[in-house]
Amino acid sequence: MFKTLGGYIMTEKKKTTIVLLSGDYDKAMAAYIIANGAAAYDHEVTIFHTFWGLNALRKDEHILVKKGFMEKMFAKMMPRGADKMGLSRMNFAGIGPKLIKNVMKKHNAIPLPQLIEMAQEQDVKLIACTMTMDLLGLQEEELLDNIEYAGVAAYLAEAEDGNVNLFI
Amino acid sequence: MNVTRVVDAKGLACPMPIVKTKKAMNELESGQVLEIHTTDKGAKNVLTAWAKSTGHELLDYEEETDVFKFWIKKG
Repeated sequence: MFKTLGGYIMTEKKKTTIVLLSGDYDKAMAAYIIANGAAAYDHEVTIFHTFWGLNALRKDEHILVKKGFMEKMFAKMMPRGADKMGLSRMNFAGIGPKLIKNVMKKHNAIPLPQLIEMAQEQDVKLIACTMTMDLLGLQEEELLDNIEYAGVAAYLAEAEDGNVNLFI
Repeated sequence: MNVTRVVDAKGLACPMPIVKTKKAMNELESGQVLEIHTTDKGAKNVLTAWAKSTGHELLDYEEETDVFKFWIKKG
């Protein structure tokens, strides 16, 4: 906070930028907990989703869009939405996430889909990298509403005057 | 102490206490006091740092049987 000559108090908002490349439930959870925490710290927060991290933004229902063979394969093999992501460790063919979600419930930890919702409520800017969307065959219709689409320049523009910058 | 609002964040895990505190603080006027109840063990460090960094004042802190209570004045 600083005082201007006119005596008005202006607040220069700090910035947090996070690159989410991972499509693992635990890593995405860490990213979103930090994002929500930073938003509570009055930071302007941006999460730039690329590669597998894009899956956190997928809607959980099947969306009918035109896709080529490879794109269809990718769409099938990748988790459709945050809740379907696997763990980076101890995934045990899908049993791991079920176990951890039970433990999380016991400890009142917030599940990833709600963390994403909360981030949106707190005006965290969610950006989908359009280049990797093309690679993985993901289309805007398949991703959450109220997100932005951009490339590396948009991320750099936010990160160059950022205070916290993470790659997850 | 004249408390304007009480935030009950008991049983909630990180990052909820801080998110709820921030939400409640947004609705307060400068100078008003917010009381926060939490059971999160990390809360003392978190809320102290948060108050300092966001320009509020931590007035008081109390610990009674697993519940931590904080009073923060809006800056």
